[in-house]
Order: sequence, then structure tokens, then C-alpha cells
Amino acid sequence: MDFLNRHVRATFVLPAVIFVIAMMIVPILYTSYLSLHVWSGSARRAPEFVGLSNYERLFTRDPRFGDAVARTFVFTGIAVGAELVLGLGVALLINGKFLGHNLVKTLILLPMVATPVAIGMAWLLLYEPNIGALNALLRALNLPPQDFLGSSSTALLWLAVVDIWQWTPLMALILLAGLAALPEEPYEAARVDGANTWQRFTRLTLPLLFPTIIAATLLRSIDALKTFDIIYTMTRGGPGFATETINTYGYIQAFEYFQLGQASSLLIVFFTLILGVSLFFIRFRRRWGAAL
Amino acid sequence: MYNRPHLRLLSLALAVAFALTALWPAATLTAQDNPLTAGVSNKFAGTELRLIFANHPWNNTIQRLIPAFEQASGMSLRIESYFEDQLSQKLQVGLTSGTSTADAFMFRPLQEGRLFAKNGWLFDLKAFAEADKDWNWEDFQEAARGTVTFEGIVFGVPIVTERQVLYYRKDLFAAKGLSVPTTLEELEAAAKALNDPANGIAGIVMRGQRAAAVTQFSSFLYSFGADWTKEDGTSGLDTPEARAAYEFYGRLLREYGPQGTTNMSWPQAVAVLQQGKAAMWIDADSLFLNATDPTRSTVAKDIGFAPFPAGPAGARQYNITSWALGINELSENKEAAWEFVKWATSAPVVMELQKSGNPGPRISVWESPEGLSGFPTEYAEVAKLQSARGVGYDRPRVISVGRARDIVGAPIVVAIEGGNLEAALKEAHEQFNAFLKEDR
Repeated sequence: MDFLNRHVRATFVLPAVIFVIAMMIVPILYTSYLSLHVWSGSARRAPEFVGLSNYERLFTRDPRFGDAVARTFVFTGIAVGAELVLGLGVALLINGKFLGHNLVKTLILLPMVATPVAIGMAWLLLYEPNIGALNALLRALNLPPQDFLGSSSTALLWLAVVDIWQWTPLMALILLAGLAALPEEPYEAARVDGANTWQRFTRLTLPLLFPTIIAATLLRSIDALKTFDIIYTMTRGGPGFATETINTYGYIQAFEYFQLGQASSLLIVFFTLILGVSLFFIRFRRRWGAAL
Repeated sequence: MYNRPHLRLLSLALAVAFALTALWPAATLTAQDNPLTAGVSNKFAGTELRLIFANHPWNNTIQRLIPAFEQASGMSLRIESYFEDQLSQKLQVGLTSGTSTADAFMFRPLQEGRLFAKNGWLFDLKAFAEADKDWNWEDFQEAARGTVTFEGIVFGVPIVTERQVLYYRKDLFAAKGLSVPTTLEELEAAAKALNDPANGIAGIVMRGQRAAAVTQFSSFLYSFGADWTKEDGTSGLDTPEARAAYEFYGRLLREYGPQGTTNMSWPQAVAVLQQGKAAMWIDADSLFLNATDPTRSTVAKDIGFAPFPAGPAGARQYNITSWALGINELSENKEAAWEFVKWATSAPVVMELQKSGNPGPRISVWESPEGLSGFPTEYAEVAKLQSARGVGYDRPRVISVGRARDIVGAPIVVAIEGGNLEAALKEAHEQFNAFLKEDR
């Protein structure tokens, strides 16, 4: 007891420290270690040290990797961009009090609550080109039926649509909270000065909301970069490799090819990328926050 | 993809149901007079064997026969069943860590066989197989024996075989006055004639998903006179024959297939057939119940079977061993496990299994009319014809099959989409060569 009493501060942080070490530091270190080895997961054949050759392979001899990186960012850009615009629209629309505003705010969150795998399955049915609902609708409207996920050139876009459908509510929710926290006074002053709605939006709401927008974009971007369930359940990276992202490629390397070293090196690169994106947003926000 | 969850649920229900029947005391069967267990020794009475099976019709049938074996041998069997992908992962994890306590298990020799054999997970059955003359290893089809042999080791005993066949809609063929295609040229002509997008009917449906399509494409590749690898063990994808095969397969699906084939494995493809939206389907004959069972297929009564059509190099469809039984190298009950494997693959049991609709590996069973009695007549004729010919593998014979399938499957998708096939094949050829060098 004496020891604990003398180290009260350390004692209270200890659980958190242990958690971080066990659940984050150790896996990262182990993944780094594996990324320098060739290993098929066999307990009877130890990992074989190969230096940086897994990384060398990713960057020089593996076209699937470069494509997957590009695709990951394209997917994230499309999805998060659309979610931001739509989310902002929705937030402005349902901001403030109106009849049934609580009900609307609850209903709009529903897509977010559903399980991604279940969502993937449901959208798969909608997208099914021969007997699916969307093409039935298109045919009824005398429009040409689409291939949806069946075409290499559009599959990624249709996957992004599912992501947008699911995650726009989250964006709206965060922005709504940001809107609610905005001060009233500048708006009153602007109204006195005769600013119209559009001017109030572009000159006041947007700049004031900017830190929230950055935070929301950061949160969604990190999540969107990691998207796995929707892609894996709906296309498994296909047609061909047209929707293969870093995450699905990593999964295939590890659990279908059993190349754990190669998969680890890929994940370390991915980790660095996400870290970079996060740092960028955080610095960006800090600079802007200071300017305000 | 839409019918997969149902399939899973169904197989779960089946697995539970069969697990229950396995627990039921098998009071109705008498051991001594049962011809199925005539040669079973009770030397290992009291041993408990642990077996891991796939959720597969073979498993469902054998579970019905197992009480008789338990009675005759005095052994008790504990069986776990998994869906095939889970089974593969379960085995790999258990075997890699050396913690698997399974004595024997089902596995796919063409998918995992070489990996398992190379890692020393499978007990060499050669001595057992050759010692037992009554059991008769020679009665197994040569291709089937070849599939489970690697570098002189017999790593499993074949239990289920399959071949690629042409399923076709008799009513649609009759309406157009078409005869069943016997060559690939006629196949394309028929697909063209029957393709009717205005009424939502595709001329033909086949798998188009990158890796899943590889096995069904293989017969086309062989029939055009190409192969995955050349005799020197390097990639065979740069030959004009291979290119013609890819082009042909892609053209069939692009011009006369339904929409979205590039995301189709067999469940999606057969769904199109079941809904009456395709005139032909080419896939494994072991899936025939999906087409002919009226509870699953709206066109069940109109389904006909035909052998794989001949290409420029003849009708060289795959004729493979899709499942085998292996014994765990770490098992402490290898001899007892062999007693079970021997029984489960003995001629009378294989006969019983085949009569229940599980195409087996034994020549004697295929040659007896009784062995064909479990299949629809047309199917039986086609399967019998094709079981005696064809190529013994439907994918590259390598250790890392998953990687190889992704490499050689990529140009299939490009061919279906009508993209730059030449570039795709060139890249796949280089990738495959690099892969083959590493795959040791």
C-alpha cells in the first residue's frame, strides 16, 4: 500500500498505459518485426529475415499495391467529399426547431447504426444487374440498365455511393453540433448590417464552422481510408482488381495467400499513410484555429 | 450473392440436423450382417477418433452410414463440420500451430494439398494404400490418384470427383430447333441464337469473378490446346492458344452473357439459371442439384446435361478430385484413422455414397449401373463418359493456389470487359513466371 500511496499519480495512469502498450504499441512493433520477414504463419517454420525486401517488392514489383493505394485515396476523396457537402446541407436543413425535429434527427441516423456487412448485402440486391431493384426501376423509367458493380470503371463509384449513404448522417450529426454551438451575436450584427442569407452562410457560418468541418473530415477520412466490410462483402476487390483497396489487399495477402510478412509491410506503409493524413489535418486545423 | 446467406443458413440447419442424427443411437443397424462394414476390424475398439469435415453432401451421406462403422469397429467418432472456407482456415491455423487434435479431415487436394504436403501436415498413406489389396487402390481413377500424389507421397484418399458439364434449357433449344452443341463453335452459335436481352434471357452464364472463374475457364484453356504452365514449368499464358481461349471465354460472356458476370461465382451464376434468365450454364457437375431441384430452380424440369464441347484440341474438360480424406501427421491414432478412411473409401461405401448423388473416384462404381442410379439419366451418361477422360486439375498445380488464381484470373475479367487483353495477358504472364520461381 505504501508503494501505491507514494506513487499515486503513476498508479492512476497505469491501466491506461498498460492498455496502450498491450493493444497498440506491441502490435505495431510486432507488425514491424514481421514486415522484415517472410513467414507463412507456420509454427514449425520460423519467420525468415529478409531485410527490406518486402517493402522493395511493394514499391517496385507489385502493381497491385500502387493501384490499391491510388484507389484507396480516390474512394476516400469521393466518399468524404460527397458526405461533407450532403452532410452540411442536411445539417443546415434540420438545424433549429421545427415540428418533429427530434424525430427527424433520430431517423436520419438509422443508416449509421446498421451493420456494414448487412448493408453491403442489401445494396448488393439493389445493384444486382439482372434481377435487382435499381435496374428494375431504371427499366420502368425507360432508362438503360446499368452494370453497377459489374463494370471495372464504375464499381468503385457505386461502392462509394453505399459509403455516402451510410456515413452522411455522421457528418450531418457532427456539423449539426457545430452549428448549435455557433454564437448568436455575429448573426444579429450581420442582419443589422443587411447581409442576406447567402452572405451570412459564406461569410459567417462557413468560417465559424471551419474547425468542426476539419474535425469531421478528419474523422471520416480516417474511417473511409480503412473501409473494408462494404468492399469485401460486395465485390471482394473485383471486377478484376478494380475495387481493391490497401485494406482488402492486405487482408488477401495475409489470410488468403498466408504471406504474413508481405501483408505486415503493407500495413506498416498504410499505417504511415494514415498517420500522415491525420498529422496534416491536425496541423491545418491548428493553423486555422489560430488565425480565427 | 443474394442466395448465399440462405445457403449458409440451410447448411447450418443441415449440419445441426445431421449432428443430431449422429448422436442418435443407431439401434436399427446390425453390425455383422451389414455388407457395408464387412471388412471392418475391431482392433481399435475404444479409440475415439476426431474428424473434421466440410459441409458437403458427402459429409451428410457418410454421417448416415457412420453408426454402422462405429458399431463394427467399436470406435467412436467425433465429427466437426465447417463451411469450406472456414474449414480451410481452421485446418491451416490448427496445423500451423501444431495444436490440431484432428486425426483425419476432409480437404481440397487441388487447393490446399501441396501446401499441406509441403508443410508436412499430411501423413504419407502410400504404404497403407498399397498394402491393402482388398481395398484396391488401383480401382481409383488414375487422375484421382495423381491428384493426391506429390513428390512420391500419397497425401490423401480421393472421395469426391467432379467434371465440367454443359447445363442447357431443353425447352429453349427445342423452341429454336437447335441441337445441343458438341464443339465450342457450336456453343457460341447456340449462345448467340438463344441470347434474348429484350426478354431478359442470356445465351449463356458462367463465372466471371477473378479467382472463382479460373476453374471453370480451365476446360476452355485445355480444349484450345493450352495449359497454365509449359513443360519446363514456366508460365504458359503467352501462347496463342491461351490467348484464343481467354478471348473466347470473354467474348461468350460479354456478347451473350447476363449483366454483371465479372462479380459472379457459381452461386450468382446458378441463380441466373434458376430464375430462368439464361439458356446455358457451364460449371461443375457436382452442383447439378442446384439446377434440377424444383425447390431451388424454377426451370428444374427443363434442364438437360451435355458433355463439355470440343475445342480445337478436343474436348478436354477437367475431371478432378475435389475432396479427399487425409490423416494428420501429428495424430496418435494413425492406424485407427486409416481404418476409418479405408472404410469410408471402400467400394461398397463409395457405391452407397454415389447412389446418394455423390460422384466418387472408383472405376468399378462408375461402371456398374447401380452406381449411376442416383443421378438423373442424362447426367449419369454424361458423367460416366467424362469420368473416363479429361484433365486432372482445374487450376495451376502450385503451392500457393490462391495467389496463382488471382494472377491467371485477372485476364479473364479483362477479356469479359473487352479491355486490352494482350496487355493483361503479358502482365499476367510475367507475374506468373515470377510467382512460379518463388513458389517453392
